[in-house]
Amino acid sequence: MFDTLQDRLAATFKNLRGKGRLSEADIDATAREIRIALLEADVALPVVREFIASVKERARGAEVSAALNPAQQVVKIVNEELVAILGGETRRLRFAKKPPTVILLAGLQGSGKTTLAGKLGHWLKAQGRAPLLVAADLQRPNAVTQLQVVGDRAGVDVFAPEPGNGVGDPVEVARSSITHANRTLHDVVVVDTAGRLGIDAELMQQASDIRDAVSPDEILFVVDAMIGQDAVITAQSFLDGVGFDGVVLSKLDGDARGGAALSVAKVTGRPVMFASNGEQMGDFDVFHPDRMASRILGMGDMLTLIEQAEKSFDADQAARAAAKLTEGKGASFTLDDFLQQMQSVRKMGSLSKIFGMLPGMGEMKEQIAGIDEREIDRIEAIIHSMTPAERADPKIIDGSRRQRIARGSGVTVSQVNGLVDRFFQARTMMNQMAAGGGMPGLPGMPGMPGAGKRAKARQQAKKGRAKRGSGNPAKRAEEQQAARQRPPAAVSPFGNPDGAPTPPAPDDFELPKELRDLL
Amino acid sequence: MTLLEYVLAGLVLVLVVAGAAAALVRGRTLPPPTRPAPPEVPTRAPTEAPVEPSVEAPESARGRLLRLRSRLARSQSSLGRGLLALLSRDTLDEDVWESVEDTLIGADVGVGPAQDVVARLRTRLRGEAGLTAADVHRVLREELVTMVDPTMDRTLRVDGAGDLPGVVLVVGVNGTGKTTTVGRVARVLVAEGRSVLLGAADTFRAAAADQLQTWGERVGVETVRGGEGSDPASVGFQAVRTGAERGVDTVLVDTAGRLQNKAGLMDELGKVKRVVEKQAPVTEVLLVIDATTGQNGLIQARVFAEVVDVTGIVLTKLDGTAKGGIVVAVQRELGVPVKLVGLGEGADDLAPFDAEDFVAALLDA
Repeated sequence: MFDTLQDRLAATFKNLRGKGRLSEADIDATAREIRIALLEADVALPVVREFIASVKERARGAEVSAALNPAQQVVKIVNEELVAILGGETRRLRFAKKPPTVILLAGLQGSGKTTLAGKLGHWLKAQGRAPLLVAADLQRPNAVTQLQVVGDRAGVDVFAPEPGNGVGDPVEVARSSITHANRTLHDVVVVDTAGRLGIDAELMQQASDIRDAVSPDEILFVVDAMIGQDAVITAQSFLDGVGFDGVVLSKLDGDARGGAALSVAKVTGRPVMFASNGEQMGDFDVFHPDRMASRILGMGDMLTLIEQAEKSFDADQAARAAAKLTEGKGASFTLDDFLQQMQSVRKMGSLSKIFGMLPGMGEMKEQIAGIDEREIDRIEAIIHSMTPAERADPKIIDGSRRQRIARGSGVTVSQVNGLVDRFFQARTMMNQMAAGGGMPGLPGMPGMPGAGKRAKARQQAKKGRAKRGSGNPAKRAEEQQAARQRPPAAVSPFGNPDGAPTPPAPDDFELPKELRDLL
Repeated sequence: MTLLEYVLAGLVLVLVVAGAAAALVRGRTLPPPTRPAPPEVPTRAPTEAPVEPSVEAPESARGRLLRLRSRLARSQSSLGRGLLALLSRDTLDEDVWESVEDTLIGADVGVGPAQDVVARLRTRLRGEAGLTAADVHRVLREELVTMVDPTMDRTLRVDGAGDLPGVVLVVGVNGTGKTTTVGRVARVLVAEGRSVLLGAADTFRAAAADQLQTWGERVGVETVRGGEGSDPASVGFQAVRTGAERGVDTVLVDTAGRLQNKAGLMDELGKVKRVVEKQAPVTEVLLVIDATTGQNGLIQARVFAEVVDVTGIVLTKLDGTAKGGIVVAVQRELGVPVKLVGLGEGADDLAPFDAEDFVAALLDA
């Protein structure tokens, strides 16, 4: 099973190396793969159809680039089209000339409106505004209490005159909130409404009554990133029912591909303005289309990997340990450092998840799936059973120490032995790679014990190639240029924190390096 | 060495060392891993819910799907009717089959299962000459019933062994309707004359315990809760212990929503189950999936099944336009049956799932 568009295209194009141009049949085959990839990312069917048509059109056209081979061309086209739909215009919140600015939140049940109200309040406050959250969800049991707690966490005032749980009139609450905000000098009012279904005429009427009562400056449609094919119908019915100016994508920290973002943006023509990506109040930011595009395509998400690494690794510690790996044949890299590194890696999530974020890992998927995470627990246990001195210098571990460690960690002596041996091997290998200047992608040996020596050799071969660059002069030039242009790792999951859009100019479109190697 | 390179190096190191360990272990026969759960001391005494004098008498679960059928039909008519219309055409050419596949995909069934159904329909409808509309209807119904698999055991296991209470753990990602489901299941059980206790192990989301308690109070069921931010495992443990002491029939434990890719939170969930099982075995683990969920639902089901061994699925919010086709893929891949469907806003809008009735509602709209 192919997980990513890359894998799919790579398989489709396996026999096409060397072809300068795509034939009609190639394009059809490619279109099928893209179609499935998009459908599996939950992009709505009508959107997929239209999308495929325009990609086909462009692929057929005269866009023959000297620097890119057919597969790369297709990925480039698809990527550009996606970004065009997602980020035609990224715009910021419109604030009313005469305060208060009213923001109305609408969406299905469980899409995350109440939580988002708190996050939006938190974000607005950080922007120097004085937001007021209004509890107009009087439907769901204790939604009002939830908003109060959320407001409390965000340090934002909450206006909740009605107890909720079916008591009170949300329209009245919304209306009186404006006067309340005026009196209490709040300049932004965020109205949290009850979740409702698009087909529920009664509740949609209520929503539009609330809208008419407060005449909001912005209506935000909150949609779950996990939503499937229904996204289009739901979005359309909300657009018809209450109308909305922007979309907020919630739960983007999950592993859904989030094709819904594309569907909603395409069908309604409203931009995705914000995305919410975590459980904490601060996990909310302006949306960024380019990353979303590569996420939908299932292109390895290196940026997310880097972010997660930054979250779970202590930068200073990592730098120190990394230095140890490189200097003096890596002899100063101790089991303690290894333990720390291992624990940080695990904090980032399961190993298979981390590998999933690396592009071009298709071939190794099986091996990765074969790793039992409990083995890693066991390794931790073994290392924990060592004395500090042993961890600093594993060479001193002799027979009796070994026995003690094995007893302490509940494993056999040969397991302790194996761990120490492996550690030395791995350390030497790392050291050689580090000394060779950068990692040549990932070596092909993991999960294949006993291949240490050969793996090392292979690795060096690989590294050589990577250093040499492409054999094609045009491609090499492009690579070098790309390397120069590669920006320092961006940090926010949505690109630039300041919210400025960064649509990749067509000229410096840059395929992930691994993909280039792959094709 | 940049941070990224260091991370990659770390991965490689872990793999190399783990690979070796794994090989060693594979060499000998490994006894099943028994991870000792940490002894759990409940940190907070449960606050007991004041029982309101006025207690509603919930409706019995029997015949609910029938009552909710109209709602289901409303939401799904386009699927069944669309398929029928397509298949009743005079000539079934490639375009028609593609539209059939598209219709199924549009219901979130997923590309693979949709292709399978189309392939089966194709063979069956091609082989028979002179098909009437009724024949097509029958064939389609049979295939759809096969798709949702009527042979699975969909009974809710709410009885514990011996004197122990049955323990139902409700899990899922954020915002699927776990708390609401717990409330509704409690009503069904109360309607059947069982004694029920709720455990509010969602200690994370603001006011989740209050929400659950409100549900409980409506039917006169008590809720065991801990403070906000307290250890959910301890709340679950306490709930089941209280339940066992009082001899209630069933304890329903609500958990906090968690995205399946948060390793730490999934570990926490595993702990809740392990710790609860110190008191009584968990008889049923219900995964709540939102009917609007797309292909991510499969990943959700897979990860949750790995961590807590899901035994049943509750499909909620099926009264919208969503079709919940993702459960087909989930049932197929994991063999976990859909046991309940949520079909509305009302307190009693939760019905047992029945494959035949479900498909009938799809087609007879």
